[in-house]
Amino acid sequence: MVTSITSFGRSGLYDWMVQRVTAVILACYTVFMIGYLAFGAELTYDMWTELFQCTAMRIFTLLTLLSFAAHVWIGMWSVSTDYIKPTGMRFVFQSVTGLLTFVYVAWGIQILWGI
Amino acid sequence: MNKKRPVNLDLRTIKQPLPAITSILHRATGVALFFGAVFAIYALGLSLESEAGFNEAVDMFENGFIAKLIAWGSVSALLYHFFAGIKHLVMDFGYCEELDSGLLAAKVTLGLAAAAVLISGVWIW
Ligand code: HEM
Repeated sequence: MVTSITSFGRSGLYDWMVQRVTAVILACYTVFMIGYLAFGAELTYDMWTELFQCTAMRIFTLLTLLSFAAHVWIGMWSVSTDYIKPTGMRFVFQSVTGLLTFVYVAWGIQILWGI
Repeated sequence: MNKKRPVNLDLRTIKQPLPAITSILHRATGVALFFGAVFAIYALGLSLESEAGFNEAVDMFENGFIAKLIAWGSVSALLYHFFAGIKHLVMDFGYCEELDSGLLAAKVTLGLAAAAVLISGVWIW
């Protein structure tokens, strides 16, 4: 069996499943946000902060943020292993991806709880 | 394996069937979204930081050409990735895997995404 130490769950099947579950969560958030922004009332600062101060919205957003992290880690990993054959370059690419993903998560949490 | 068998991996000379095009676009938009997230998170942070920040963000999306372009590009990529992602999930459940139904699914995906990209363009501009 081929094992990989850099995949997300160390098993292709597990990764496959995680990518699908996270895809559904990302899809829900996408539908919600587009619905809110495009079909809701004209946005004001008060409405906007009120929305993100609500615990349910924070939970939903954090869930999406973490799903995003898992989804892109698996996704970008697949892309990098398909196209970047030299190990060193792939390592660099995956490191940058991982670092940027971590920055997104930390930054997002700071925004959410900094309101 | 016969090493001398002819191989043709020159992408420019291979005719890509429609489902192959939807697939590579799904990949390209996925990667684009990963990097585009910088702008989305920046805009979210700015809009929630203070009332002045919120107004600045609104002004940016209403008057900034580059900001509109980035927003439209990101929303388009997201909507395409969204529809193609749903097609992917449908196929994971074993539907639309035949030649003709697969082609139809690819056409529907491209059609829906094209419509969504146009509508979002109108919305942003
Ligand atoms: C907003 C955030 C999103 C980002 C940054 C993102 C990014 C990515 C990336 C980089 C890939 C890898 C592409 C590949 O392997 O070809 C991927 C794959 C995938 N995405 Fe997303 N995605 C996002 C949202 C979504 C949504 C909303 C859905 C669902 C409707 C979705 C469904 C999928 C599926 C099913 C795959 C697996 C493709 C495969 O196994 O070939 N994604 N995504």
